[in-house]
Amino acid sequence: MSAIEWGYGINAPRTMDLDRNDIGPAREILAEMPEWGACIACGGCTATCTAGNLTSFNFRRVHTLVKRGEYAGAWAEMNKCMLCGKCRLVCPRGINTRGVVRLIKRKLGDY
Amino acid sequence: MKKVAVIGGGPAGMQAALSLVQMGLAPVIVECSSALGGKLKDWHQLFPSMTPAHEVLDELTGQIADAGVEVMLHTEVEGVTGQGVTLAGGRKLEADAVVVASGFDIFDARLKEEYGYHIYDNVFTTVDVERMLNKGAVALHDGSAPRRIAFVHCVGSRDEKVNQKHCSKVCCITGVKQAMEMRTLFPEAEIFNFYMDIRMFGPGYEEMYQSAQQDYGINFIRGRVSEASPTIDGRLQIKAEDTLVGRPMKMTVDMLVLLVGMKAGGSNAKFSAALPGGGITLSSSGFVAPVDLFAGNVSSGLEGVFYAGTVSAPKTIGESIDEGAMAALRVAEYLKGRK
Repeated sequence: MSAIEWGYGINAPRTMDLDRNDIGPAREILAEMPEWGACIACGGCTATCTAGNLTSFNFRRVHTLVKRGEYAGAWAEMNKCMLCGKCRLVCPRGINTRGVVRLIKRKLGDY
Repeated sequence: MKKVAVIGGGPAGMQAALSLVQMGLAPVIVECSSALGGKLKDWHQLFPSMTPAHEVLDELTGQIADAGVEVMLHTEVEGVTGQGVTLAGGRKLEADAVVVASGFDIFDARLKEEYGYHIYDNVFTTVDVERMLNKGAVALHDGSAPRRIAFVHCVGSRDEKVNQKHCSKVCCITGVKQAMEMRTLFPEAEIFNFYMDIRMFGPGYEEMYQSAQQDYGINFIRGRVSEASPTIDGRLQIKAEDTLVGRPMKMTVDMLVLLVGMKAGGSNAKFSAALPGGGITLSSSGFVAPVDLFAGNVSSGLEGVFYAGTVSAPKTIGESIDEGAMAALRVAEYLKGRK
C-alpha cells in the first residue's frame, strides 16, 4: 500500500552548515588566487554585469556561496558569464574577477 | 604657578599634564587606580603598526616622571567644578582649571547573555585576548589550541538592546588585528569575523583589513551572530545569516571572541549630577558632550572645565593623546590674563 500523497512535504534546510560543507575546493581556489579573499561584496561586479542584467546570474552571490562551500549550481551559473571582463574594471579591490569565474568553473566542473 | 587638576592618568590625561608643564602650568593627575596608563596597561600590541603597547606607555610615564608631575594614585573624584575637584571623602582639591580625562568603561559582555560570556568556558572578550597575548598564553580553557575561532563584532555597540546605540569605532580594527595575531599563533585554524559593517576609518586600517583577508586568510562574514549554544562535545555552535548570500548559516567553533565596545565612563553621570543647574552635559550615549565637535571639541561649556580623550566619545590612543595636548592649549588660553 503506498503512502497517501498529501500534497506537501518537508523542506530541505536552507541553513549553510559549515561543519558539513566541504571547504576543500574553495580553499584550492583561494590558494591559486588569494586576491579572491579580498572581496568586500560591494556588488560593483554584479551591477555592471551584462549577463546579470539579462539573466538571473548574480556573480557576487554565486562566488560568495562557493566560498562557503555551497557549490550546487555554481558551475551552471558561472556558464552564464560571457567573460567580457567589465567586472574586473569595476572591482575596487583589484580582483581578477574574470579569472575567478574561470577558476571556479575549472575547479567545480565535475563537482 | 597656576594649578590644573587632570582627572585620569590614561594617555589623554598624561599628555594633557605634559603639555600643561610645557605651558608653565602645574598639573596634578588624579588617578583612581594604582598606576598611570589607563586601559593601555592591559594591551599587548597596537593597531595598525603592531607597536608594543608598553612602548607608548613607557614613553608617556617616563616623561611624566622626568617632568616631575604630581600624581595622586588611588584617588576617586566625586565632583568637578572650574575651581577644582571634590575627592572621595569630601576633600577638595583646589585648582585654577580642570581637565576631565577620565576615559571610558569596557562594555560588560555578560549583558549579551546570548553569547554566553562567563557561561561557557571558551567565550572571551578582546580584553581577555590582550591579557592572554601579554602572558604569551593564548589557548582554550583546557590549554589546547583552537581549530576554529570566531570573532563577533559590535558586542555592546550599535545595539539598542543593551542601551549602547553608538559605534565604538575601534573594535573593527581591533578585530582585524586580533584575527591576524590568532592566525600567526595558529596557522592551521579557521578564523571568521562576523560583522554588521566594517568601519576602517584610520590611516593604514583599510590596508590592514585587506591584508587580513588576502594574506592571512581571515573569513569576513557580514551578519550578526544571534546566539551561541553548547554542543555535546563542549564546543560552541553559533548561528548567523550570511546576509551577502541571503541564507542562514551555522558552525561549530572552539573559541568565541567578543569585540566589546567602549561604554561611557561610570563617573560621567556622577560629575554631571554633582552640578545642579548645568555644567557638564552628557550626550544620549552617556559620554560627556563638548560645546561642539569642531573648534570647541575639548571645551565643556563650563568655565574652567575641559575634556580630553574617551570621556567624550570612543577614540584611538593617538586621538586621545592629541586631545590631551589640545585641552592643555585651551586651558592655557583660558588662564592667560586671569590673575
